[in-house]
Amino acid sequence: MEELLLSYLPVLIFMGVALGIGIALLVAPFIIAYRAPDDEKLSAYECGFNAFDDARMKFDVRFYLVAILFIIFDLEVAFLFPWAVSFGSLGWFGFWSMMIFLGVLTVGFIYEWKKGALEWD
Amino acid sequence: MAVETTAAVQPGLSIGFFDTGGFFETYLLPFVIMLGQSVLLLTILLIVVAYILYADRKIFAAVQMRRGPNVVGPWGLLQSFADLIKFVLKEPIIPASANKGVFLLAPLVAGVLALSAWAVVPVGPGLAVADPNLGILFIFAITSLEVYGIIMGGWASNSKYPFLASLRSAAQMVSYEVSIGFVIITVLLCVGSLNLSHIVWSQLDGAGTMLGLPSSFLDWHWLGLFPMFIIFFISAIAETNRPPFDLPEAESELVAGHMVEYSSTPFLLFFLGEFVAITLMCALTTILFLGGWLPPIDVAPFNWVPGVVWFVLKGMAVFFCMAMVRSLVPRYRYDQLMRLGWKVFLPISLAMVFLTALVLQITGWAENRPDPASLAPTASVSSTLHST
Amino acid sequence: MNVVGLFFYLFSAICVASAFMVIASRNPVHSVLFLILAFFNAAGLFMLMGAEFLALILIVVYVGAVAVLFLFVVMMLDVDFAELRQGVLQYLPIGGVIGIVLLVELVLVLGGLSITPEGADLVVQPIPDMAETSNIQAIGDLLYTKYVFFFQMAGLILLVAMIGAIVLTLSHRSDVKRQNTATQIGRDPATAVTLHDVKPGEGI
Repeated sequence: MEELLLSYLPVLIFMGVALGIGIALLVAPFIIAYRAPDDEKLSAYECGFNAFDDARMKFDVRFYLVAILFIIFDLEVAFLFPWAVSFGSLGWFGFWSMMIFLGVLTVGFIYEWKKGALEWD
Repeated sequence: MAVETTAAVQPGLSIGFFDTGGFFETYLLPFVIMLGQSVLLLTILLIVVAYILYADRKIFAAVQMRRGPNVVGPWGLLQSFADLIKFVLKEPIIPASANKGVFLLAPLVAGVLALSAWAVVPVGPGLAVADPNLGILFIFAITSLEVYGIIMGGWASNSKYPFLASLRSAAQMVSYEVSIGFVIITVLLCVGSLNLSHIVWSQLDGAGTMLGLPSSFLDWHWLGLFPMFIIFFISAIAETNRPPFDLPEAESELVAGHMVEYSSTPFLLFFLGEFVAITLMCALTTILFLGGWLPPIDVAPFNWVPGVVWFVLKGMAVFFCMAMVRSLVPRYRYDQLMRLGWKVFLPISLAMVFLTALVLQITGWAENRPDPASLAPTASVSSTLHST
Repeated sequence: MNVVGLFFYLFSAICVASAFMVIASRNPVHSVLFLILAFFNAAGLFMLMGAEFLALILIVVYVGAVAVLFLFVVMMLDVDFAELRQGVLQYLPIGGVIGIVLLVELVLVLGGLSITPEGADLVVQPIPDMAETSNIQAIGDLLYTKYVFFFQMAGLILLVAMIGAIVLTLSHRSDVKRQNTATQIGRDPATAVTLHDVKPGEGI
């Protein structure tokens, strides 16, 4: 238990050092660099002319669909991790158990494909 | 277990922390050692990234019959450091319409997350800042977070190009992560452990040793899982938004993508994060498929070389391939990119998970997978393999 | 163990504080970012209990996938959140009731354990010793064989989610050209190219 936590402690320290480097880099130009802001510099970049309307616009619902499908497949992968580790001791029952699980999701995948959810306009 | 859990949840308020005599030995010294290792690895990593950048530009230039950077230092070797100084001295601009907090947080997230995945990468036998049980899952978690830097940057800029780029980029990274996940699973099926060192050690035996050859490059997973090796390599390029999958920052249409509004070191941090992610993907390809620090053939002249050298050489070779892909292959269109991810890679990798498991189960190799803890070789294997 | 205690209080304090900020902050994007911070600290708490696999899966699934969707929705949807917030007091009673029900359940479960500590020994499957079996192995040994029914249920729920998402969101446009790779690759010079011997002054 303590061993387990000790194996993750260096990760935390490493992240801390990385964060230190990141913050140092981020802050440095605000301290040492020359600054002379003006209206043109601070306006949103739009190839030289003024922005027409708000940048926060509506967009295709397909992006949400991709995100939702990703969640489902990500969960599938999450279920596969412990299976891959204990695979040796599970035998044929464990094998078919996972294959049925994957089969059910493959049915969903085929449905998605046939419906054209994977096509981009 | 039960006792320890309660201890963790109700730690009490005793000040044993201070009155155990060996405060220095038990707490401070390990901490200082870990800190030192972290700083050392990060320093080396950043220098490597500087030269990876230089190599990328030089290879790109050589393919186009140009010279590439050649002014700063001999053969332009100090170019990346000159760029660093330039970035730090540039004026940092925060657009007036931007959401300032998130705008500055985004590059920090992108840079720091990319760096922190390196904490668990073993660069040689026993040479890692941390080598936890679930190393590969940790890296998978961190790579799945890298999309945040881009989404946050694109949104906080409050400008159209970054917004479109971050949308594209998020959908792209997310799509290719699925196939990366399945590829990792097929390797894990052959290894039986999520520890990165175990994954490397398990590649001591394989197709070659079954034929009676000494441990060699034929035993590495690239041969047994060849389609997955290719899928992983291509997905790694897509995941890091490298050309030919650089749609989020396609210069000709979206200027610089999610980084349009950034200047100075916030821009540098995005850039750094991208290149650190690329080195990480090279290292991961090396560990999963190319035998990590193992020598190509375990015979005399090769296994004298320290493992770190092999690791770096293999990582560089993978990076060279990525740089060549960048210079040679034209950019994908967005619908083609999504088709490749969802309609080609996903079914193939799903089928390969099934196939790998079936083969392992029929041949009985699954039950005879060596115990992960015993994978690190003992004195019977060559001496250099475990010298550190 | 004292250092562990220190980390416990650090993680739980940040977790509670950021969970409060999720409902308190004015900007919905900040809310989601605080939610992510809360997830991270919950993962840290899992880690302190020795559940390393759950900790990392929490990050992969919730932070890496679910929160990305949340962020998508609040950043990109053109919803006026200030307007939404005006009705917040209307929903306060029902929200409060749900909160109280959850609190009572928590107290019942944890209180029951502290009144009869031997109840913890009645669990069907004893937790294997952590020194011998890792967290992920312990889950893998049980989930796919002993709890196969629940596992398949999870698969079916995912299937329903997948179909539901497609049914709800998919609208197929017919006015765009799509690339058909099969026919594209299937073309050969014989069908794609015709050679004409054009006589001068005549044209084809």
